[in-house]
Amino acid sequence: MTATAVGRLRARRRRRAVLAVIGVLAAVAAVAAIALTSGAYAIPPTEVVATLLGGGERQAHFIVMEIRLPRLVLGALVGAALGTAGALFQTLFGNPLASPDVIGITAGASVAAVVAVLVAGLTGIAVPLAAFAGGVTVAAAVYLLAGCGGAAGERFVLIGVAAAFLANAILGYLLTRSEVREAHAALVWLVGSLSGAGWDEIGVLVAMFAVLAPVTVMASRSLPALQLGEDAARGLGVPAEAARLTLLGLGVALTAAATAAAGPVAFVAFVSGPIARRITGSACGALVASAAVGALVVTLADLAALHLLPGGDQVPVGVITGAAGAPYLLWLLMTEGRRGGTT
Amino acid sequence: MTGLGGGPDRLTARGVRMAYDGAEVVRGVDLALRDGEILAIVGPNASGKSTLLRGLARLMRPTVGAVLLDGADIRRRPTRDVARVLGLLPQQPVAPDGITVAELVDRGRHPHRGWLRGSGDDRRAVAAALDATGTADLADRLVDGLSGGQRQRVWIAMAVAQEPEVLLLDEPISFLDVAHQIDVLELLCDLNRRRGTSIAMVLHDLNLASRYAQRLAVMAEGRVVAAGRPAEVLTESVLREAFGLDARLMRCPVGGTPIVVPVRRFRGPAAP
Repeated sequence: MTATAVGRLRARRRRRAVLAVIGVLAAVAAVAAIALTSGAYAIPPTEVVATLLGGGERQAHFIVMEIRLPRLVLGALVGAALGTAGALFQTLFGNPLASPDVIGITAGASVAAVVAVLVAGLTGIAVPLAAFAGGVTVAAAVYLLAGCGGAAGERFVLIGVAAAFLANAILGYLLTRSEVREAHAALVWLVGSLSGAGWDEIGVLVAMFAVLAPVTVMASRSLPALQLGEDAARGLGVPAEAARLTLLGLGVALTAAATAAAGPVAFVAFVSGPIARRITGSACGALVASAAVGALVVTLADLAALHLLPGGDQVPVGVITGAAGAPYLLWLLMTEGRRGGTT
Repeated sequence: MTGLGGGPDRLTARGVRMAYDGAEVVRGVDLALRDGEILAIVGPNASGKSTLLRGLARLMRPTVGAVLLDGADIRRRPTRDVARVLGLLPQQPVAPDGITVAELVDRGRHPHRGWLRGSGDDRRAVAAALDATGTADLADRLVDGLSGGQRQRVWIAMAVAQEPEVLLLDEPISFLDVAHQIDVLELLCDLNRRRGTSIAMVLHDLNLASRYAQRLAVMAEGRVVAAGRPAEVLTESVLREAFGLDARLMRCPVGGTPIVVPVRRFRGPAAP
């Protein structure tokens, strides 16, 4: 076998992955075009473009720049963050169930955020920071209880599921104790909602991304080695424990940032990675593709929530992702069970 | 130190003691892998041989003593630098779902890879590793779909792509039938001859160890009870001491190396 032949195989895999990402991004663009033009007040594409370029009528300008675009951008960012985080967790533990929304990390972030809002009366940047602290706390607790490192993926998942139940119990308690009006606001947030998205939240999220994304790209270089198991990774010169902790920390941070901005949008972290791996044919994390798929899932689900369900813009996007994600989970459990393996 | 017919020591355990949660498993081992040789570590279950290999591979820190790579403490060198010299095939590595043979072998290049991915050196090393292990035809196949024997060849290909001068393997033939066992051992001999790779491996089969390794280290209860050429090491008294086994020895009609014929297991306080 020649080096050229090896290079050809590699180039073919790369080409497929790049094409898949381009395809998903094109779909996001299509969703964006529909989301910006249609709705209760239809705006023709030419006018949307004019508005985006700084022109347009006042009313169109308001609807596009203050309502539809922030909602779209926030959805894409939240989806990208959750998609990346889910793919990181699933790859690190070699288990599709090990996504942050299944193992209690989003639930932990939610508890902390709800405590911050309902109990402490905090607002602004304090809420995402609280969500971050909550997510990190649950992740650390689960990690320690699972007996650290190793390929203890199954234990980690089971303990994480238990942590999620515990967090949800605390949430239930907090909600029943609070005033009806406040509880309703918290509830909409808890289902995961993009309504009321503003440029302030987006600014915070973009700032967090600007830090997290490059670090994740650098740290994910050790992911292919980590996938081979603790011993093999260390044999390849990767300080396995430290590298794994770094990547988990980044996954937690991405999850918490997204959760703080839009609430725990159900199943996005869970479905994006497997879809991305399937369309790219990649055996590794496919982090970029997962981010793109996550963005598509959330923006598409929000579009569906807006147009398909009665209630218009009040229907939280999490209703759609949850409704679509649950059958996917069942399908995954059934097909995985038949194959008798783990992903 | 220069060994009998072998080169200088590449990897040395010096007074190594190792323990899991306070229970000592390796109890003071001095052992060297010499340049260009194949060393087999044998011994009964729970004699500490896999643990010793983990120590040699810097996967586990000795409680006392040190492991030296080319004379310097292995723990003082950056783990990535060590990985350019020292390769490891663990007992049960995990192949990710949906990975192809070429991709898996390519992961062996990790310690050599800089910021730019996929250099010409990487491609050449992967191609050479696929050729050397006879897995070039499988390059585009999924690892999941391979037989046990093919899969073990692919893992060895990954270790070869790492281009190590010293290769450690933990029970590389334990789950293979006899034909594939020979297949893997001949592949390792081939690497040893052609690339001069120094190999240390944990083996269970004494007869195969005696046939394919230039030196054996027999472990029992955390100590090396005998080390040297198979003909010197495999004696009735060593087998009795290490394995609690009453055995006779024959000469292999092919290699002239000793063959162990078990008679019975000793019972009683002398050999628990």
